[in-house]
Amino acid sequence: MGKTTGKVAAVNGNMVVVEFDGAVMMNEVAYIETEGKRLKSEIIRIRGNRCSMQVFEITTGIMVGDNVDFTGEMLAIEVGPGLLAQIYDGLQNPLPRLAEKCGFFLERGEYLEPLPRDQKWDFTPKVAIGAEVSGGDAVGSVPEGIFDHLIMVPFHLTRTYTVKSIASEGAYTNQEVIAVLVDGKGDEYDIFLSFTWPVKRAVMSYEERLLPYEPMVTQYRIIDTFFSVAKGGTFCVPGPFGAGKTVIQQTISQNADVDIVIFAACGERAGEVVETLKEFPQLIDPATGRSLMERTIIICNTSSMPVAAREASLYTAVTIAEYYRQMGLHVLLLADSTSRWAQALREMSGRLEEIPGEEAFPAYLESTIAGFYERAGLVRMKNGSEGSVTIGGTVSPAGGNLEEPVTQATLKVVGAFHGLSRERSAARKYPAIHPLDSWTKYQGIIAKDQVDYAMGFLVRGTEIEQMMRVVGEEGTGLSDFIIYLKGNFVDAVYMQQDTYEAADKSVKPERQKHVLDLVISVLRANLDFDDMEEARSWFATLGRMVIDYNYTPWQSKECRALEKQILDVIEAKI
Amino acid sequence: MKKIYSKIESIVGNVITVRATGVRYGELAQIETGFGTSLAEVNRLDGDMVSLQVFIGGRGISTDNNVMFLGHTMRVSFSDDILGRVFTGSAAPRDNGPALLQHMIPIGGPSVNPARRIIPRRMIRTGIPMIDLFNSLVVSQKLPIFSIYGEPYNQLLARIAMQAEVDVIVFGGMGLKFDDYLFFKNTLETGAAFHKSVMFIHTAADPTVECLMIPDMALAVAEQFALQNKDVLVLLNDMTSFADAMKEIAISQEQVPSNRGYPGDLYSQLAARYEKAVDFETAGSITVLGVTTMPGDDVTHPIPDNTGYITEGQYYLRGGRIDPFGSLSRLKQQVNGKTRKDHRALMDAMIRLYSSYKETMEKKSMGFHMSSWDEKLLIYGEHFEREMMDLSVNIALEEALDLGWWILAKCFTKDESGLRTELINEFWPA
Repeated sequence: MGKTTGKVAAVNGNMVVVEFDGAVMMNEVAYIETEGKRLKSEIIRIRGNRCSMQVFEITTGIMVGDNVDFTGEMLAIEVGPGLLAQIYDGLQNPLPRLAEKCGFFLERGEYLEPLPRDQKWDFTPKVAIGAEVSGGDAVGSVPEGIFDHLIMVPFHLTRTYTVKSIASEGAYTNQEVIAVLVDGKGDEYDIFLSFTWPVKRAVMSYEERLLPYEPMVTQYRIIDTFFSVAKGGTFCVPGPFGAGKTVIQQTISQNADVDIVIFAACGERAGEVVETLKEFPQLIDPATGRSLMERTIIICNTSSMPVAAREASLYTAVTIAEYYRQMGLHVLLLADSTSRWAQALREMSGRLEEIPGEEAFPAYLESTIAGFYERAGLVRMKNGSEGSVTIGGTVSPAGGNLEEPVTQATLKVVGAFHGLSRERSAARKYPAIHPLDSWTKYQGIIAKDQVDYAMGFLVRGTEIEQMMRVVGEEGTGLSDFIIYLKGNFVDAVYMQQDTYEAADKSVKPERQKHVLDLVISVLRANLDFDDMEEARSWFATLGRMVIDYNYTPWQSKECRALEKQILDVIEAKI
Repeated sequence: MKKIYSKIESIVGNVITVRATGVRYGELAQIETGFGTSLAEVNRLDGDMVSLQVFIGGRGISTDNNVMFLGHTMRVSFSDDILGRVFTGSAAPRDNGPALLQHMIPIGGPSVNPARRIIPRRMIRTGIPMIDLFNSLVVSQKLPIFSIYGEPYNQLLARIAMQAEVDVIVFGGMGLKFDDYLFFKNTLETGAAFHKSVMFIHTAADPTVECLMIPDMALAVAEQFALQNKDVLVLLNDMTSFADAMKEIAISQEQVPSNRGYPGDLYSQLAARYEKAVDFETAGSITVLGVTTMPGDDVTHPIPDNTGYITEGQYYLRGGRIDPFGSLSRLKQQVNGKTRKDHRALMDAMIRLYSSYKETMEKKSMGFHMSSWDEKLLIYGEHFEREMMDLSVNIALEEALDLGWWILAKCFTKDESGLRTELINEFWPA
């Protein structure tokens, strides 16, 4: 088969139609050669000898008749040691190194090696000559930060191979062959420290997928206790602008008890990425004592960067997540925001003149969103170890209306829903996760009956509050009023949390359990009040005390002293 | 040698097509009509069919008009000479000055590498307490004023422009009433800020296509000034007209509309402009202040809604005042901890009390009994609205802080203020 050649036939926005000669593949990458630059593009439709390509760059300057160079490969990224602590754009261009080369602006047509070619890694072999391996099996490892980075047989080698040669212990770059495999027919395959994998194909080199069971602790009380997320599960955070989606994601990315966090800033403000970018290297991960950046990878395709690359960026992120999962690690992927990603699909669909669905989103919106979230999961490897990819996506519904297509398509496929409400954020109740709208399908860190008991007060309390708006406090019985106050109490001292207070920002499960026990003891108590005014002021005082208690470092002297006082106040009222 | 094409194949709305080869996407052409020459921009190529968006619109264009391709994209002149000048959406002079053709720079350039941005940390003082004290404006921030028609947003924008301590002001006017354009021009002139300003003006009577060029030209020029170590303030008024112009052109080009007729890329298009706001690591900065008029006072309308997701907060103009509840400066935390130590605490306390005042007002309007605390809140609310919120108040931040303490002391006891004892001891007026 000769090399396929092509020429530009039409240009419309970021879509280019190319007339080609030879064979092309769906999602194949091609470069448009214009004004001395090579612009990366991807084939998204083929009809006869014309294919439509989405261009990952600004298309200004392209001319009918420009040459197109087909690569014969699908859109792929390079995986291997050196990914951690990197900051990439949606196509795996390392942004800091790009800045060194091009300065302030993102010049188009500049593509750098995602992984440094000259860095040496200390390789330790794990297999002997003659061993039988297949895709995903480790042939050795190199240390990368705090991890033992497994060097795996590329995932596309799905049959069984015999190790013909393996490098001895020593330092190698990712350009050097470290092993040679041979298959049944005698064909040989060179193995390097890194390899490429197409982003739109899920990695399947594992034994089986398991049901997620272990909670992923975020140290947000309302999430861990009431709306938990399991390792290998999925969750979404929809909310109007200004409700605090990004703060929640940033806090989770710091606190989550996973091995690796991948932060995909997809079509959002550059300023927010910059905060992560500049602050993470300074923050210390309490679990390892190392900089948080060492366990983080940032994929950043902000709102003003080309739209087609935004579509690719989430796939790039999830592919890297799957790669580390294959080493038996727990990976959390945070995508902010999936709505911008869906909008990228919509823009492309419009250019392709496809028949639009609801709000002009393409008809395949649901299956595309489902396909993305389904790449999360807990899996057991062939060697018995377990690894997971957890996906959390924010959704930015138009007008804050959760009925819109992206939110609805997302709710269908996620395991937990953390709905943010403007009502709560306007009242400065943070995190603004609405306790009555949100739900989870995962078991949290606390027994279900306790959680349900506490939640019962909130539900009942809200009903009473609504009733009170009609009949006034005068028309409400004291016992109902106490239930209402108890509901408010759960909300104020447990569900709300102050991200700007050091001790309250991250609450370990141990403390969550302890505080919830205390809260429940108040809920269970048969409190004795003379009138509503007394009840209100008692709960106000107690609430203030528990919040102060939340702000003290766990098990410090002040913490114990305050707890004693709180218990005394409760004791006096029973 | 430039080829001239004299057969126009089709004219639909503002878009014409000609058969031509060797034309680049985004290239400019010049078209000679019976009413003078106009620029046109290539916005679609299909084989040898070239579609062009004509700046002056399709009206009066004849199928035998001459079209000449210029071999470059839309450009604008950049040098210190443009200061004190006014241009149209075609980059032609709107004042009586000479046309500038030196140092042409392309517009709509690539976005800034996020790795080269820095966390903003400098406050822009405006002399308006509702901004300086409650929602500080920060260098490199992008912030719209959400407003309904009839609110004094032009006056507010002009005041901020006059009082902000910046090196260069770039004004982009889109769909402006001619009177409003003159208002801004006169304000800048009388305020002696004209010599550091450049205006790109599209008035409501000008062709729609020119409206689309305004933000890109204004921001391209701003970017060059910023690269010369200048702090630039870009005023975009009104971005709703810009979005409506986009809608008009998208519909006439038969693009599938997404929400209320707006094109599916509304978010990306708005973001591409607002995201030009930047604080360069080793050079100047661009701060973008826009006006977004909200059709029907509806914040869920696609324009304010998409804008809210892009910008770093918003100032809500309502009833002639900046509403402290809807307004938000997402970057204020970066600067208001470094001004004076009572800044944050006073800001929170005053807003909390004002919110209680609003609740009391609601209770009062329903005829409920007013307690002595309610009475205090009513007095406080009145003071707050008159002495802080009124847009005519023009004082420095420190004075505003002192004023805040004075209002609190006038209305409440020390305990009732809810402020920390340490701050009360230092700042409570005797």
